[in-house]
Amino acid sequence: MARVLLFGPLRDLAGWREREVAAETLAELRAVLGAEDAALAVALAQPGVQVALNQAIVRGDAALSPAAEVAFLPPMSGG
Amino acid sequence: MIRLSDQAFDPGALLSDFCRDRAEVGAVASFTGIARAEAGATTVLELEAYPGFTEAEIGRIAEQARTRFGLMDLLILHRVGRIAPGEPIVFVATAAAHRREAFEGCDYLMDYLKSRAPFWKKEHGPGGERWVEPRAEDHADIARWE
Repeated sequence: MARVLLFGPLRDLAGWREREVAAETLAELRAVLGAEDAALAVALAQPGVQVALNQAIVRGDAALSPAAEVAFLPPMSGG
Repeated sequence: MIRLSDQAFDPGALLSDFCRDRAEVGAVASFTGIARAEAGATTVLELEAYPGFTEAEIGRIAEQARTRFGLMDLLILHRVGRIAPGEPIVFVATAAAHRREAFEGCDYLMDYLKSRAPFWKKEHGPGGERWVEPRAEDHADIARWE
């Protein structure tokens, strides 16, 4: 079970900010989300969207521990 | 020090505090970013962060600046939540032995805060709401340091 967090425009697109998803890898997590919301799956796969696993940026696939926190981070804009 | 706050702040007071008791610091530079009204198009700016991760990432940027420019100290205060036009949104101060390092460290920190720190910014106005994307200039600003 992973805790999934969406930020910025991803949150508005999906209509939620945080939820639990049963998945053992990032790829499986993307597939589960995509099966429910195809538009979200496309948005999450955009090259500008980074993924943080337990608050560290990861690239590609990764295994998810039972208490994993997965955050999808669209292009950042501060200041 | 690195801090996120959902409360308005006084940049003058922050700068005075930052300059106090510094016998060995020859130079302090600061920058204050202020939320723009965009001629009435923006009535509220909404800033979202990822608590914990945002502070850690800013910490990493700050450490790079500290090493690269030999900064003796720095302060970064960034607003989160809802911000009215005219209110300060970010404050950065750098302390160094000489002015060039202080100026450049401050410039560097702001360039990275604009497009590499985990913040997401939404403009609310009479015409609706809009997420702000980083501009081409923001990426060009970063490229100056690479």
